[in-house]
Amino acid sequence: MKAEHLSSFNFPESDLDAPLFFETAASRLGSGGRALAYFAVPEGEAHRLVMAVGFDRDGRIEVYSTLISGPFKALTPSFPQLHLFEREIFEQAGLKPEGHPWLKPLRFNTPGAVPGVADYFTVHGSQVHEVAVGPVHAGVIEPGHFRFQCHGERVFHLEIMLGYQHRGVEKKFIGGPDGRSLHYAETLAGDTTIGHGWAYCGAVEALCGVNVPPRAQFLRGIMLELERLANHTGDLGALAGDVAFQPTASFCGRLRGDFLNMSALICGSRFGRNMLKPGGVNFDLDPALIQELRARLELTLRDVQNAVSMLWETGSVIDRFEDTGVISKQVAEGLGLVGPAARASGVGLDTRRNFSSGPYEGFTLSVSGSGDVYSRAYVRWLEIQKSAELIAGWLDTLPAGPVEAECGDLKPDSAAVSLVEGWRGQICHFALTGRDGKFRHYKVVDPSFHNWQGLALALRNGEISDFPLCNKSFNLSYCGRDL
Amino acid sequence: MIKALIARLKQGYRTMDFPSAGLKLPPRGLGLPRVKAAGLEKAAAACPYGAISAGENPGLDLGRCIFCGACAKAAPEAVEFTREYKLCASGRKDLVITGGDFKRAETLGADLRRMFGRSFKLRQVSAGGCAGCEADCNVLQTIGWDLGRFGVQFAASPRHADGLLITGPVTKNMELALRKTYAAVPSPKIVIACGACAIAGGPYAGHEECVGIPPEIPVDLYIPGCPPSPLTILDGILRLIGRID
Repeated sequence: MKAEHLSSFNFPESDLDAPLFFETAASRLGSGGRALAYFAVPEGEAHRLVMAVGFDRDGRIEVYSTLISGPFKALTPSFPQLHLFEREIFEQAGLKPEGHPWLKPLRFNTPGAVPGVADYFTVHGSQVHEVAVGPVHAGVIEPGHFRFQCHGERVFHLEIMLGYQHRGVEKKFIGGPDGRSLHYAETLAGDTTIGHGWAYCGAVEALCGVNVPPRAQFLRGIMLELERLANHTGDLGALAGDVAFQPTASFCGRLRGDFLNMSALICGSRFGRNMLKPGGVNFDLDPALIQELRARLELTLRDVQNAVSMLWETGSVIDRFEDTGVISKQVAEGLGLVGPAARASGVGLDTRRNFSSGPYEGFTLSVSGSGDVYSRAYVRWLEIQKSAELIAGWLDTLPAGPVEAECGDLKPDSAAVSLVEGWRGQICHFALTGRDGKFRHYKVVDPSFHNWQGLALALRNGEISDFPLCNKSFNLSYCGRDL
Repeated sequence: MIKALIARLKQGYRTMDFPSAGLKLPPRGLGLPRVKAAGLEKAAAACPYGAISAGENPGLDLGRCIFCGACAKAAPEAVEFTREYKLCASGRKDLVITGGDFKRAETLGADLRRMFGRSFKLRQVSAGGCAGCEADCNVLQTIGWDLGRFGVQFAASPRHADGLLITGPVTKNMELALRKTYAAVPSPKIVIACGACAIAGGPYAGHEECVGIPPEIPVDLYIPGCPPSPLTILDGILRLIGRID
């Protein structure tokens, strides 16, 4: 929804000296800035470190860069939100962030790396035991490896080792856009097809200098909010299932499908595949379809209200939700958490508000919480109501006009940052073009990239039996993080 | 308790009939394609996955197709997608659509059908991919679809399973886990490749990070789609165990 074209940003000219780069980054991150992306771009024998910092309060993005050719100064000790970015730079570019406390593989894709084999954090003591789970789990879910250091039921520490879903998508954007690029974006995380698809389209449109027609922007908004409705509803059902409250679990499972079917009504795909394209959308709504969607939305929301309200009225549910898996605001900000998980801890970040544009101009939604499972659940319920209200409003006031604009060539030697508030949180795509107007680098930051460590910390000093519940309250993407 | 009962009444009975007459993908959905040789070159050129071959043996490979519709847009005279959701096949070659009839999935032999026809437990292995296939497998377990009424369930352990349902292009990083899970399923065992990734790599076809389902793990049922509609998955599984025609 926010796409910033950095045409004026000439990397070689605006590069900072390395010491100034790290000093600037530290001062910005220490004064309200949040890392959107931090990565290394190969430049001949050397690398260019690029950091995009978002200032949520004033909806501003700044980008800094520097050329380096060897080890660099780790900022993680002062800014834990960078811990995974620096590990990624080490793994992808071989540049060592010196002083990084936790330098382990991320995706196990370097020569000799064996998935899941790394130095794990361990706790020693005669009564301490270790529980290892995965990569193949009991449910129909994605693969990942979890290690708990426990004392009885109590979890001292949870370490999450992923990378099993690594299928090499990010680097395949390079040389594009081509026939596959949009499909790559749509499948970065299948349940966030519209979120990532929009972020990709936003980056391309910024690089082409094309304005998306208002009607297309609103149609995208409808699809994005339907995606949020489906997933939030499914999550509330799954949370109910994890505390053995069957009514809400059953109802929400069905209702999630009803939202997906509304997406399918618009574009043929339950996940919104084929809906988006750079420049606009592939499908339009006629009055009959608008009428149908309005009717379905009203009925479905009524049933969601009925199903979800039981959660807040049932003592056994509240007892399990409250004070479980607490993430304080300080921890959430320190780790750079995003999305409902951050908002539930009192962090006021929502891309739709902080970086609003298009249909989200004037968007407001005030949510907060105490950082426990209850807050993460309740924030979802508030967002469900808001999303339904947005869609209903947009269906009534859909602007007339075309649904696509012609995208020309991408500007050469240019860059763009694109931000979208996916249902899990902020999605960031950072695209750089080369002299030929093709992507020379493409960086994807899924909200899960920030949030996995939040789940690990939510378990600290909790009970191991609360893990499924905490896990669902975050419901993070493995494939979005592993790329 | 009373509130839960009242809610149950309000929510109503929501399990769909399956199979039912006239069941189709949504109006804008892309199902079983019809292919004509004329103009197929143009369609083939538009496909980023090489799913269409023109020339001597013209055809569209449902295994490679991710149903993006680029071919039908480029050459509507050559490829047209219908709303038919019955796309599953037993043989890899059966997935290639030519001008003739599509050969749907076959039912297991009498012995296996006796074993699995009324109770069929699957261990799902997610091996790369975007988790779209997993989402549509999960939806089958909701009250809307109620997979359990057909005697089919997802099992928590491979030891308790009659077979594997594999999704994803099988990343290098998941290959060993997949092999171990397969080995842990008692024989005789069934293998289902669910989704374009598991069949032929899907959007990630040709990536060095993906190895595909190893030949030692023979596939009994192919479920095309990206991701397949829950209708397609259910149709395939029930055809396989002989619950529907």
